[in-house]
Amino acid sequence: MTVPTDLEPLLRDLSPQVLGILVRRGADFAAAEDAVQEALVEAWRHWGDDPPREPRSWLVKVAGRKLIDEQRSASARARREERVHREPEQGPTEQADDTLLLLSRCCHPALSPASAIALTLRAVGGLTTAQIAEAFMVPEATMGQRISRAKRTLSGERFERPGDVTAVLRVLYLIFNEGFTGEVDLAEEAIRLTRQLSAATDDPEVEGLLALMLLHHARRRARRTSSGDVVPLAEQDRSLWDTAMIAEGVRILQAALAKDQLGEYQAQAAIAALHDDAATAAETDWPQVLEWYDELLRLAPSPLVALNRAVAVGEVDGPLAGLRVVEGLDPALPRRDAVAAWLHERAGNLAEARRLYGVAADRATNAAELAHLTRQAARLRHA
Amino acid sequence: MTKYLLLKHYRGDHDIAYGDLAPMNEWTPEEVDAHIAFMGKVVDDLKARGEFVDEQALAPEGTFVRYDGEGRPPVTDGPFAETKDLIAGWMIIDVESEQRAHEAAAFLSSAPGPGGKPIHEWIEVRPFLGQLPTVTE
Repeated sequence: MTVPTDLEPLLRDLSPQVLGILVRRGADFAAAEDAVQEALVEAWRHWGDDPPREPRSWLVKVAGRKLIDEQRSASARARREERVHREPEQGPTEQADDTLLLLSRCCHPALSPASAIALTLRAVGGLTTAQIAEAFMVPEATMGQRISRAKRTLSGERFERPGDVTAVLRVLYLIFNEGFTGEVDLAEEAIRLTRQLSAATDDPEVEGLLALMLLHHARRRARRTSSGDVVPLAEQDRSLWDTAMIAEGVRILQAALAKDQLGEYQAQAAIAALHDDAATAAETDWPQVLEWYDELLRLAPSPLVALNRAVAVGEVDGPLAGLRVVEGLDPALPRRDAVAAWLHERAGNLAEARRLYGVAADRATNAAELAHLTRQAARLRHA
Repeated sequence: MTKYLLLKHYRGDHDIAYGDLAPMNEWTPEEVDAHIAFMGKVVDDLKARGEFVDEQALAPEGTFVRYDGEGRPPVTDGPFAETKDLIAGWMIIDVESEQRAHEAAAFLSSAPGPGGKPIHEWIEVRPFLGQLPTVTE
């Protein structure tokens, strides 16, 4: 069986739409998802080089029929006929509502972040369980079980209108930060889903998150060396940054800011935009970065934001001022020692900087950071 | 989600072992069966929660090997720990939080031994180095 290569993206785009239509028309979420999967298999088997003129209607019809087949086999003969009439009708639907509805379903607050991520990638992203499992480096059975549990958790929940966008945005940002580990680039997947959501709502925070993702993703080629080592922002080769993506991110951010409903993602995107805007690290507009960190701390106070703000204070008011801010923060905060080490180095306290780089390396949570901090400590030992 | 390695430390040293734990080969067959059944249940529970990644038991006997310079045979059977501390096996789980990892490890450690009482085995919990954290600048 030969399948045209352009069929896969088409089916991946259509599957969440079809699922959204069925769910909006009142189908049970888990059953609808199974039906859509079966319809996709049918499409794969029958379309070949000649997909139907209305591929989405085709899928809705087939999935609806699968759904009814399933319900039929599970219910009494007398109720069967009645259910046939509930077959989803064909016709135009509002794609925008469906996307948001489906996303808020998958990011329901009753789910843990890990379950929400898995379910979103499966139901909205159209990824297979195997692809998601590979991206998170766990066995397929583990991921399958996680998705089943998530679906079971949701089966009792009512689901009529789009829920809280905040929960959806958090899950999308978590997916973005998973980055690239397997066959599927989760950062790109998150951008794709956020684009869909952005087309479906007017919320400036959705645009803020999309801008933030683009402004970070634009630097991805400069963020690691060919051997996988971390390159800090200040040392990145800025000619490797994707200027078209930066321009798009800035444009989206400006449109969001113009709506005058500031939120944390817009503030974070503004900080990223200021970094992306500087031709060299030395030209970074640190006073403005610091102003945005003050704003961000007000909108969404967190220890990590406070730590990043300390870096900006160090740039604007000098390393000793930055250190005073760091001293007020929780010693257990991840990367606090690394920031303190860097500020001590700038202040000329090399011995203390070296010691703190060592402490930070011991507490690193990923291999790239461990290698980077170890190298920093070694560099000062031989300075 | 973060992956954790749960290292099962069998500590025969009675200063460290909880209570007066007899070696497993002195248990009754029923006690051994109950212990093994419990371990199977731990794995089943973790699988049902979508948290199980892998596990292996290890043979008790191992050999220390060290490179001893060019052209010389490797040094074997090097220094063993004074106490009878060996790794009985390991398990990898993928869980939501460190707290959940500790909870799973504590449950693993509650496996029954002689008289059906928990053996309070030491479980070392080590997080895997993961992805780069959230980009923040």
